[in-house]
Amino acid sequence: MPRLPEQRIVSLISVEGLEIRQGGRQILHDVTLAVREGEIVTIVGPNGSGKSTLLRAMIGAIRPSAGRVVRQEGLRIGYVPQSLPVDRNLPLTVRRFLSLPKPVSDSAAKSALDRAGLPQVARAQLGALSGGQMQRVLLARALLNDPQVLILDEPTQGLDQQGSAAFYRQIEAIRSETGCAVLMVSHELHVVMAASDRVICLNGHICCEGHPEQVASAPEYRALFGTGTQGALALYRHEHTHDHHHHHHDHSDEVAK
Amino acid sequence: MILFDSFLARAAIAGAGVAIAAAPLGCFVVWRRMAYFSDATAHASILGVALALTFDAPVFAGAMVVALLMALLISTLSGRGMASDTALGVAAHSALAVGLVAVSLLPDVRIDIVAYLFGDILAVGRGDIAIIWGGAAIVLGLLSWRWSALLTATLGSDLAHASGVDPRREQLILTLALAIVVAVAIKVVGALLIGALLLIPAATARRFSATPEAMALIASGIGIGSAALGVWISWIFDTPTGPTIVCAAAAAFIVSSVAKRA
Repeated sequence: MPRLPEQRIVSLISVEGLEIRQGGRQILHDVTLAVREGEIVTIVGPNGSGKSTLLRAMIGAIRPSAGRVVRQEGLRIGYVPQSLPVDRNLPLTVRRFLSLPKPVSDSAAKSALDRAGLPQVARAQLGALSGGQMQRVLLARALLNDPQVLILDEPTQGLDQQGSAAFYRQIEAIRSETGCAVLMVSHELHVVMAASDRVICLNGHICCEGHPEQVASAPEYRALFGTGTQGALALYRHEHTHDHHHHHHDHSDEVAK
Repeated sequence: MILFDSFLARAAIAGAGVAIAAAPLGCFVVWRRMAYFSDATAHASILGVALALTFDAPVFAGAMVVALLMALLISTLSGRGMASDTALGVAAHSALAVGLVAVSLLPDVRIDIVAYLFGDILAVGRGDIAIIWGGAAIVLGLLSWRWSALLTATLGSDLAHASGVDPRREQLILTLALAIVVAVAIKVVGALLIGALLLIPAATARRFSATPEAMALIASGIGIGSAALGVWISWIFDTPTGPTIVCAAAAAFIVSSVAKRA
């Protein structure tokens, strides 16, 4: 695919021709994308489309079967997992959690919690937090190493729409404050729309990508999510019959699997 | 030293040595839900004992090598998502049975296998104490060296990867520590009750702890106290020492649950 050379220079983290197989099943194929400085990129796609797998490959938790993940030398990544189930037999305060694996000062911990919008919980046990508080603690921990890129895997799972919207506003505020890039997975495009600079629609491969408005009107996106904002995620038939200007990828290979 | 001359004192010192290493490791067994994993490893050590006796090798070494091999095997299987509860249970019981059969096949019939199943702490000599405390020192050294990384890996493998911690490496450290604890504990509480010394002090300490460090320290204290109390009670009532130590720990667990609720 054509990519301008200057984009490559400022790309913080990128994947090239990524393929991931698990248990003989192909989860992802031919995925090529780059995250550039300061931009907010959102990956959308139905359940089982490989969104989380893609993020896990990018943080180095999964080895690609083909292709590669390229990170800028010494890249600082802040990772917010989808959830963090803490065994109730593990006593862990928020403050102690923030110092894992590297100890951080009290003032650094406090400022991270402030920026994540959750002061006053440092002494609480992780297991006693609500879902929304837990997401913000995870965000605070991800902010501690002053990340160049924040990677968030469905960070608003379990939050109501208002909570989600507030969370994404926080992400946007952090981006404008620190200039860090953001790569996140969501299936609530209608909520993340306003905050995203670029949306990538994923379903085993990149179906389409571009500005949120472009993607929302793309037939590939509509095929996956329907035309309404609350498209049925599971009931779709995925076809590639059109080609569009925002549609950078060659789709000749993936239709009839 | 006069202290080491009394077999009762030797027993208490040996018991404390095992408890001090088993308790913090036991916290990870609890946090990571590795109870079956540690049972399988401990049970396999009986096979190691049989092999060591066959080849006239030190029992510590035999137990440790086989325990380590077993732990590596099941940790590899679970890394590939193949070690279910059932598979671990099959491994644990089979390893024990194979070990018992192997011991019975030994031409030398003088061996008292009960000593290796339930421990024979009163027969612990000075050399054994050196090995037990040496092993305990290695385990404590490993755990404190890797403490933060181990905790991070315990919270989640993705979180660990993103923080620059390789969860497989930390799993390997725990596996090694477990094999050492099994090897040094076999003479004290025996292969069948090692799991109890790992789990019970940690489970008891949980109620009193706000941080993982506090839990490990309190568990160690409970473990040492149980060892001392168990040796003393077994001396007075002439009961088997290993099981008595475990009874003391279990009593502490029950008392603490009742006391905390009241």
